[in-house]
Amino acid sequence: MATEAEIAPSHHHDEPDPNANYLIASKGVWSWLTTLDHKRIGVMYLISVTLAFFMGGMFALLIRLELLTPGRTIMGAATYNRVFTLHGAIMVFLFIIPSIPAAMGNFILPIMLGAKDVAFPRLNLMSFYIYVIGAIFCLFSIVSGAVDTGWTFYTPYSTTSSSSVVSMTLGVFILGFSSILTGLNFIVTIHKLRAPGMHWRRLPLFVWGMYATSVIQVLATPVLAITLALLAMEKVLGLGIFDASLGGDPVLFQHFFWFYSHPAVYIMIVPGMAIVSELFATFSRRAVFGYFAIAMSSLGLALLGFLVWGHHMFTSGQSEFSTMVFSGLTMLVAIPSGVKVFNWTATLYKGSIWLTTPMLYALSFLVLFTIGGLTGLFLGTLSVDIHLHDTYFVVAHFHYVMMGGTVMGFLGGLLYWWPKITGKLYNEPAAKVSWGFIFVGFNAVFIAQFIMGSRGMPRRYYDYVPEFRPYHAFSTYGSWVLAVGFFILAGVLIQSLLKGAKSPPNPWGSAGFEWNTSSPPIYSNFAETPVITRGPYDYHEATEEELFDGFPEDFKKTES
Amino acid sequence: MSSATTTEETHAAGGHGHGSKYPFLAHHFDTPAHQFDSAKLGMWIFIATEILMFGGLFVAYGLFRGQEQEMFHQAHERLDKIMGAVNTVVLLFSSLTAALAVRQSQVGDRKGTTRWLIITLLCACIFLVVKFFEYQHKFHDGLLPGHYFTAHLAQHAHHGHVLPYRAHMFFALYFMMTGLHGVHVLIGMGVLTWALRRNLNGKISKQYFTPIEIGALYWHLVDLVWIYLFPLLYLVG
Repeated sequence: MATEAEIAPSHHHDEPDPNANYLIASKGVWSWLTTLDHKRIGVMYLISVTLAFFMGGMFALLIRLELLTPGRTIMGAATYNRVFTLHGAIMVFLFIIPSIPAAMGNFILPIMLGAKDVAFPRLNLMSFYIYVIGAIFCLFSIVSGAVDTGWTFYTPYSTTSSSSVVSMTLGVFILGFSSILTGLNFIVTIHKLRAPGMHWRRLPLFVWGMYATSVIQVLATPVLAITLALLAMEKVLGLGIFDASLGGDPVLFQHFFWFYSHPAVYIMIVPGMAIVSELFATFSRRAVFGYFAIAMSSLGLALLGFLVWGHHMFTSGQSEFSTMVFSGLTMLVAIPSGVKVFNWTATLYKGSIWLTTPMLYALSFLVLFTIGGLTGLFLGTLSVDIHLHDTYFVVAHFHYVMMGGTVMGFLGGLLYWWPKITGKLYNEPAAKVSWGFIFVGFNAVFIAQFIMGSRGMPRRYYDYVPEFRPYHAFSTYGSWVLAVGFFILAGVLIQSLLKGAKSPPNPWGSAGFEWNTSSPPIYSNFAETPVITRGPYDYHEATEEELFDGFPEDFKKTES
Repeated sequence: MSSATTTEETHAAGGHGHGSKYPFLAHHFDTPAHQFDSAKLGMWIFIATEILMFGGLFVAYGLFRGQEQEMFHQAHERLDKIMGAVNTVVLLFSSLTAALAVRQSQVGDRKGTTRWLIITLLCACIFLVVKFFEYQHKFHDGLLPGHYFTAHLAQHAHHGHVLPYRAHMFFALYFMMTGLHGVHVLIGMGVLTWALRRNLNGKISKQYFTPIEIGALYWHLVDLVWIYLFPLLYLVG
């Protein structure tokens, strides 16, 4: 296969036919591995993050299975510590942070802008390989003893733990650079590669969300990098900066860590919001209500995300004054979040709602994110947090945001753009069934955790008193329902890849610009640079042809 | 790094679009100026990332210096101010020569560009050599971070004055900050060498000097960080 691409005369391997469908524009595994096409890089990311999600999900099932009964169920305490750490670390660093930006952002963002590619295609490929190298370090850590510190790597435990902390932190350090370079690429792309007529007030909300996310990636991730470098040095050289016995300060690690990891929460959720903004518009058949407010609230979240890290440390010995300030700032986060939720709801009002599976995921996002967000206010309230911190209430809260929010957005976006990415339709009724399992399973897992957390069940504990048994058991049964949902979804997608009907350019009848090219898009995205004359949600200005046929001439070119 | 991306596109652009007019123009840009602006914006954003990365160390420095001012004052006297000052002058001068290289590339003077780039790289080497001798001296005296700090064992034999308790914290910060900066000097040298190679290969012209420009931009960052490190570490008193 590889040789085929190499010996092809006059065709340099990265110079495929610009008018051929991107999947077949050049052939062979080598042409994929060395591609500079943002769409192929997006697909490679999609495959990688799906594998990571599968792995993280398996660890989640193991955690739940172990907690089915008090005491030992299937594994010992030391193994359990490793399993929950790996679940967290893999889900955060290998799945959720690159999931929407690197996989879907890479594929969709340049098309939405009417660009041929991202600003720096080579850098884009490089950031994918940096991701792969980082992932290899993480895998090495897993096979060489794994990590038992929790994904937060708190000192002093992480500096004294004999588990494989250094290779895991190195892996995360490397993954960080992948994230930074993707963010950098997107910022320049959005500033410089918008098609004629695509001014800032016409940017799709997905692009606004990616812009806010990229700013956080560029400004917060380097702080994680230096923190983890210091942690590794602490372990290797006994540096002392985080070691109280040498005059250092372990709480400084927490400050540094959360200075990244709180903004990272917005790296995770803002892209989810970005996707559902698109979904609400398409499946309500109307202009997004409060377009500019939603766009600005993404930037608002990016800004506030940098100011609230201290709310992770209310009980870590911060001064009372700091906790008050951080608590107050944390409450402010509710404003941009509320702006979004209310504007989405207003978008639904009097829209012609089409309940496709992506729309079901968008509606799930609306409900679950609202629950996750409001419980965040409980935790941001100082007196309540004293009771709730480090309980399952916190676990349920951030899973409602991360999974109920980001993963629902991810799945909605995946199904929504699936016909665009693969050129194939999927089985809609079966996808709806899988949504039902996922939605019910998810709520079963985490509502039980809200209740037991509020009653004092601490997080990360291996064992528990029998009073918590019913909640844990209920949560574990829920995890099985959830797993069934994901397996059905995997079946639906595989069936679509193998036997799915061919998708028209615009199967959802959306006014979004990414649908104005063939499915799958041609190598250079558009036959000619498009000139944008309306906003992405202006259904009243879109022609019938744009809404239901896409651009047929592009489509025909792909066919021939 | 972003520069590599844009400029290496040259052959990819060959087949389609405006490739024939500007061989260096990548297919997704409209004009050379468009491509240049994008590369420059990319480098500025990368510089923002770098500053935040050093930011973590500066915060740690500020925190511990606030807690142990006296210790910092006494420990910093073990650094060699002369060597530090020489390095500061060398780096400042190299920033000037980097800027001159950019200027020469903009007016299409290939030889001049090469000359200034080589001088910049030589300055970088001088900086690293001086740094090497400084480090060697610290290693010899046991002025090392954390558990490796052994200066207190030998200090009576040496200067006579006793280093305060926890002086190893100062050297932990010293080695982390100058070490990370040293890594950046190496990266900067790599970027400049790559720019020099492109210049020698005749890829640089009046229309296309992006590698020189953004290489120099990165080099100014390396210089800038040192301008803060020198007074904070060597001139604390």
